Amino acid sequence: METVFTRTPTFKECPTHYCPGCGHGIAHRLVAETVDELGIRGRTIGIAPVGCAVLAYNYLDVDMVEVAHGRAPAVATGMKRTNPDKIIFSYQGDGDLAAIGTGEIIHAAHRGEQITVIFINNAVFGMTGGQMAPTTVLGQITATTQKGRDAVSEGYPLQISELLAVLPGTIYVERCSVYNPAQVLKAKKAIRHAFELQVDGAQGLSLVELLSPCPTYWRMKPAKAMEWIEKEMTKVFPLGKLKG
Amino acid sequence: MCGNEALGEAAILAGCDAYFGYPITPQNEVTAYMSRRMPEEGHVFLQCESELAAINMVFGASATGKRAMTSSSSPGISLMQEGISYLAGAELPAVVVNIMRGGPGLGNIAPSQGDYFQATRGGGHGDYRTIVLGPSSVQELVDCMPLAFDLADQYRMTVVVLADGILGQMMEPVVFERKQGRKLPSKDWALTGAKDRPQNIVRSLWLGEGVLEELNCKLQKKYEQVQKNEVLCEQFAVDDADIVVVAYGVAARIVRGAVSKARQEGIKVGWIRPITLWPFPTEQISKAADEFRLFLTVEMSLGQMVEDVKLAVAGKSPVLFYGRPGGGVPTVDEILEKIKQLTIPEKNRK
Repeated sequence: METVFTRTPTFKECPTHYCPGCGHGIAHRLVAETVDELGIRGRTIGIAPVGCAVLAYNYLDVDMVEVAHGRAPAVATGMKRTNPDKIIFSYQGDGDLAAIGTGEIIHAAHRGEQITVIFINNAVFGMTGGQMAPTTVLGQITATTQKGRDAVSEGYPLQISELLAVLPGTIYVERCSVYNPAQVLKAKKAIRHAFELQVDGAQGLSLVELLSPCPTYWRMKPAKAMEWIEKEMTKVFPLGKLKG
Repeated sequence: MCGNEALGEAAILAGCDAYFGYPITPQNEVTAYMSRRMPEEGHVFLQCESELAAINMVFGASATGKRAMTSSSSPGISLMQEGISYLAGAELPAVVVNIMRGGPGLGNIAPSQGDYFQATRGGGHGDYRTIVLGPSSVQELVDCMPLAFDLADQYRMTVVVLADGILGQMMEPVVFERKQGRKLPSKDWALTGAKDRPQNIVRSLWLGEGVLEELNCKLQKKYEQVQKNEVLCEQFAVDDADIVVVAYGVAARIVRGAVSKARQEGIKVGWIRPITLWPFPTEQISKAADEFRLFLTVEMSLGQMVEDVKLAVAGKSPVLFYGRPGGGVPTVDEILEKIKQLTIPEKNRK
């Protein structure tokens, strides 16, 4: 019988530690597929964040480093500047990239570092137990906004991709999601494009934001979490190309 | 050449592939010098958005096997402590130059030795060490740089070059030599892309039960090797001395002048100058303390290295202290006066 679908080699054959219904598995696979399709495994270096994806190196079979919370864009800068022939990507969550690492991502983008950033936005701090993230939407209940996020005391959800898109140093910024197969395919196309730009030596930073489900800390069943992204989250974080 | 520029040139000669820095006084000449010279040599220079970014860029470059460094001054070094802890956990080589200024807080921009604790105790979190070199002249600062890079690569550790504002700003004649470096282990752990080999992972996270304990013990064994093999220390006229002055860096230069004057006046005084502050020359000082002597530690702080001197002397002799904090620099006569004030009991005189 003909094999029509198989595990992509760069996505390791092992169970992940992610919760049922988590979006990281899909996002990892899309990155791994891209690396394999572009044939760049031998010159790719990935950067794992602090957060749920801290163990990404256990699942992605490329050279990888795990770095301090939020500092991935600085580490990526150090790598790319000294190894212009390598393909450098960071994989960061919303706490990592949009809270503690805001300075690093803004300045890496502002300098136009030739790196690719995969930004997973699930509107919550996952690993530490579901606290409010900068991207938590108004009214969303989290461990630290138990009556729902209130703009007066906790501020508004941070649309950091919009912020990054206006910087001359970014060449491509797109927000996608993984809430249904059609969106996954779009996300794949975006991730592939972001990597291709780097492979082609394009001058600047490329970033793909993925709205991704966290059923555990949204206190929803996986299917309901996917629905919540489509119905609620995309209102605050509209999908589509922001630049490039 | 001023110390800051000289250390930059020495780093280039030592094969530094990348320099990442953020402006801070009194080390700005390093950043300016490197911004010009590194690109001339085809190497990387980058002015970063913060010291946090600088140390993490060093981390990134080092993880790929490159020789990388940063320089800063006290408040900036405080910001780098997170990165230095991660470098220690991930066992990555790095060279960090601290041209110390007065503290705490923003302090001032005058020379100081107030960061001894931070450098030798590891200002970041966790059970780790950094090698600390304390040069006392511009020439020694220059000679420290290739040694720092070699030690960093050999032991996969951060090496801190701990100097101060005087050394950074002072102009002295220097000789640059491209010396044969140490024979170093290959960096087969480096992230270079997993071409025709299994994936390499650089990390400091070890979650399994007992795994981190094992790693800490492995690091400890490495640190013991450093303590055994890498102590550097200079001493003068200790054998017949009633008084031994212990000082490092610029303070040691002033001490040297004071001791020479005291000798001319017939006072039996010598000095010991630790060059490596960690590993500390504990044995050398302990040996000197086997006979009864007064130990006087002189620092441009309120007393930090003096704790290591006391640990080395281990109660065998009295350990006294004289220090000037917050940018104060003692004069030769000030230290000479201090030496003269020390009275040696008749029965203990040599």
